[in-house]
Amino acid sequence: MSQIKYIAGKEPHAKESRVVFKNVDREGWDQSIETYIEDGGYEQQQKAFKMEPGDITEEVKKAGLRGRGGAGFPAGLKWSFLPPNNDKPVYLICNADESEPGTFKDRYIIHQDPHQLIEGMAISCYAVGAKLAYIYIREEFPEGAQILETAIEEAHKKGFLGKDILGSGFDLEIYVHRGAGAYICGEETGLIESLEGKRPYPRIKPPYFPAAMGLYLCPTIVNNVETLCHVKHIIGSGGEAWSKTGTPNNTGTRILCVSGDVQKPGYFEVQVGKVTLGEVINDMCGGLKKGRKLKAVIPGGSSAKVLSADETFKVGRGDDEKEITIWDIPMDFDTLAACGSMAGSGGVIIMDDSRSMSWVINNLNNFYAHESCGQCTPCREGSLWMKKITDRVVAGKAAPSDIDQLDAVARNIDGRTICAFGEAASWPTESFVEKFRDELVADTNPELEEAFVNAESLTAAVNLK
Amino acid sequence: MSDEKPDLVDVQIDGEWHQFPKGTRMIEACREAGVEVPHYCYHPKLSSPGNCRMCLVEMGMPPRPRPGDDAPEPDQDGHLPISWMPRPVIACANTVAPNMGIKTTGELTETCREGVMELLLANHPLDCPICDQAGECTLQEFSVEHGKGESNFREQKVKKPKNVDVGPRVRLDDERCIMCSRCIRFTDEIADDPVLGFTDRGSHTTLAVYPGKELANNYSLNTVDICPVGALTSNDFRFQMRVWFMKEVNTIDVNCATGANITVHQREGQIYRITPRQNNDVNSDWMPDSHRLNFHWIHGDDRLTDPLVKNGDSHRITTWQEALATTADKLAGIDGSEIAVIASARMTNEELLMVNRLVKHLDAGHMDTIPRDGESDDYLISADHNPNTNGVKLVLGLDNPGSQLEAIKKGINEGRIKALLCLQENLVEDGGFDAETLGKLDFFLTSYPLANPTADAADVVLPGACWAEKTGTMVNVTGRLQRLNQVVDSPGQTLEPWEIVRDLIQATGGGNGIYSALDIFKQLTEEVSEFADLTWGKVGDLGVPLIETSETIPLIEREKERIAQGIIVG
Repeated sequence: MSQIKYIAGKEPHAKESRVVFKNVDREGWDQSIETYIEDGGYEQQQKAFKMEPGDITEEVKKAGLRGRGGAGFPAGLKWSFLPPNNDKPVYLICNADESEPGTFKDRYIIHQDPHQLIEGMAISCYAVGAKLAYIYIREEFPEGAQILETAIEEAHKKGFLGKDILGSGFDLEIYVHRGAGAYICGEETGLIESLEGKRPYPRIKPPYFPAAMGLYLCPTIVNNVETLCHVKHIIGSGGEAWSKTGTPNNTGTRILCVSGDVQKPGYFEVQVGKVTLGEVINDMCGGLKKGRKLKAVIPGGSSAKVLSADETFKVGRGDDEKEITIWDIPMDFDTLAACGSMAGSGGVIIMDDSRSMSWVINNLNNFYAHESCGQCTPCREGSLWMKKITDRVVAGKAAPSDIDQLDAVARNIDGRTICAFGEAASWPTESFVEKFRDELVADTNPELEEAFVNAESLTAAVNLK
Repeated sequence: MSDEKPDLVDVQIDGEWHQFPKGTRMIEACREAGVEVPHYCYHPKLSSPGNCRMCLVEMGMPPRPRPGDDAPEPDQDGHLPISWMPRPVIACANTVAPNMGIKTTGELTETCREGVMELLLANHPLDCPICDQAGECTLQEFSVEHGKGESNFREQKVKKPKNVDVGPRVRLDDERCIMCSRCIRFTDEIADDPVLGFTDRGSHTTLAVYPGKELANNYSLNTVDICPVGALTSNDFRFQMRVWFMKEVNTIDVNCATGANITVHQREGQIYRITPRQNNDVNSDWMPDSHRLNFHWIHGDDRLTDPLVKNGDSHRITTWQEALATTADKLAGIDGSEIAVIASARMTNEELLMVNRLVKHLDAGHMDTIPRDGESDDYLISADHNPNTNGVKLVLGLDNPGSQLEAIKKGINEGRIKALLCLQENLVEDGGFDAETLGKLDFFLTSYPLANPTADAADVVLPGACWAEKTGTMVNVTGRLQRLNQVVDSPGQTLEPWEIVRDLIQATGGGNGIYSALDIFKQLTEEVSEFADLTWGKVGDLGVPLIETSETIPLIEREKERIAQGIIVG
């Protein structure tokens, strides 16, 4: 590892721990299978294929690998939801629909190290007994799709895919399926519907996991690109050893995608919970822009609730409980949840004091109004309503009471939708109104309040109750 | 759970404990407990997408003790305490579980309903004054029951296509659509004609018919029935009558032997529309468009309204007395063996019993009915296009209806049959008779609701009431006895067919004490063993199985399969 050289100017930061991103921006590296094999590629697959499938799942459980797509659900546990005595085919789907605003990690894996993903998938498929796997890649990654196609072909020729892989008797085919440009296809049941050729309407729960009923109503495992890559490394080092990186219950490394108002935005693979948000901003990203103050951070992709630079957070339990500032938040699943937000997809969006919060929330609302799939009422009607309100706030055509209404609409969505993406449309608004209400109200015009009141209605019995 | 049977689970609904079979949907459990859970997308005959979110309720299960903690104690009835979930669940797609609690009232459920109502109405045009659905619109109903009474929506509404021709009989207003997808699921799952779908997404989601296709299948109007709002309307009915002015009568469809259960909507003697009425053994919730729309002739110009007698080459209007006297006079000179009676398999059992009496009274030598054999559509339309062939077999005792028609024609042509009484049939157009044959008769009487070529050849023409103007019973293709109920009064001097036959019997010297169709039904129960012990009351709105036939209704059989698979509630 010490001999790895990176392209000048793209060297990893000293606080990074490159595992999945080991080969990203590596000097002399290319996507070919020869380069990958020369570097020890597909060795873990050969190792894994000599193991019992159930033992692989056990290693993943021991490692404590949590999903890197957004929900942070333990991957090994997800696999173990496959029904026992199942006689239907099992499918594995790699969710490469990376569409959460602020997230740009999977694309680098796909573009620069596609064989790592294929090896991770092959091992995972072997573990769960899937003979057919799909990589569902978003439409906006046309080059990535071609790279994966080429990589699959190469892996086929070398015998890492196809029939009787490595003499194990195990068959596996991986197909690349391109989406058509919809955020909702990242929701795993929406993705499955899309793969089946239908509108990507997320399915109602229960069943809560496609492991019970997924693609073509067969047991299906859906994992994120980064998660599947980690499976390879867990086999490499063993689950126990792998779990030593990161922090307890927040094991391993993960890639943070930092965007926004910092000197050097970019991707950083860090041990989960071993770096703080302050270190990310000040050390890795070279600090804020000159003369600017930190205002807010969205720590895990656009759906994660915003954190204000002015607030303090209670973290830890019992004797360990303490109050910390935004700078001291360790970037792990549990702490960010305790701070009222989430680690999500790893997309860290930094906003300094030059940003108008009205503009920011309007920008987010634009996204959700455009991307709501439209299946269930709250998200369908609510996301556009919220956008229209913040449109007016930004244009100076809103009254202070519109901010209350904005919040009310969000509360009408939260917890009442078919899928998590639907209610996630309400989280930015809820958190921005909660934490930046004064600023939003300051962008409104109290004189406009009168325009909305029908004086006659004040005396008429309008309320049916 | 003290006295619980293995397949029953105890469920608490709004504080009261009930028992339901395992697998019962929460919404159906509530319905059985007498609590209506509002919903838009859920329909028991279709798959459940859970998209409208109107049926969100508060749900709870027994608490799961942490390791080391004591298990919760059951109360004296064996019920565990309920730990209520912070998030609401949809009642339509979830099933009951042992010791589950459901709250259809309370803050969580009520704010959910209020919220969904407000969101559904945000982009709805609120054009109730000009909307056909007004008065039977669930948006209106649930607004009253669960709405806030006012809207805080200050934005411009989304604009969508209006007045869209999605097919020859159905029209779409996309702005009114609440995207419940019932119509899409119906055309896909029931009509096997998946031509509807959504385009665009989010608030701009638009119901549309696929390019180059149209919603033209013979069940298209059922989408109008199940549309909970005014998005889909019927070209035939729209703007004809406000629904709250109409009276509804439950009766049956007579266009084929299936006998779909229907509701006829009328105002002041005029029928405005027909809708299917749920009967899970006959037509589920559906009916074919061709049958639904086959009623405009009832109020047409070619109805017979007065008795007619032949007057040279044409007919003149007369009184019932003269028409009956003429008939009696003519028949007096003809021997029973020279008389043929052709009745109709569109007649009720009661009418057919009177026909039977007439045949015996006149000692008529020949009797038959006209079969209408067509093709089944493999859904609800039976191959037998007569509604009461089984009644003919039972009451008239004809084993093979229609088998005597050729013999009767031959008898007329050979002069052996001199008089023909045609009751509620159209011999020329439906029975294969021609004017030349009928012209050879010494006496020819016909009764029918409409003027027709058969009437042209008749000596006496009697105006008979049509199906919507009479009362009685019929036996459908599966052997089910069902009631036909009078919807409107018949026009002019028209009489119900049983009255016509009674009067013919009396005019020709017979007598009886029949004063109503119910009197005849009583005699049926005494004379025809299959009817024994039945009353109209027992037959009820949904009918009763009367005889065994080997026939099934294809759509119903498929529905049973879907119920067995758990896809639909049924």
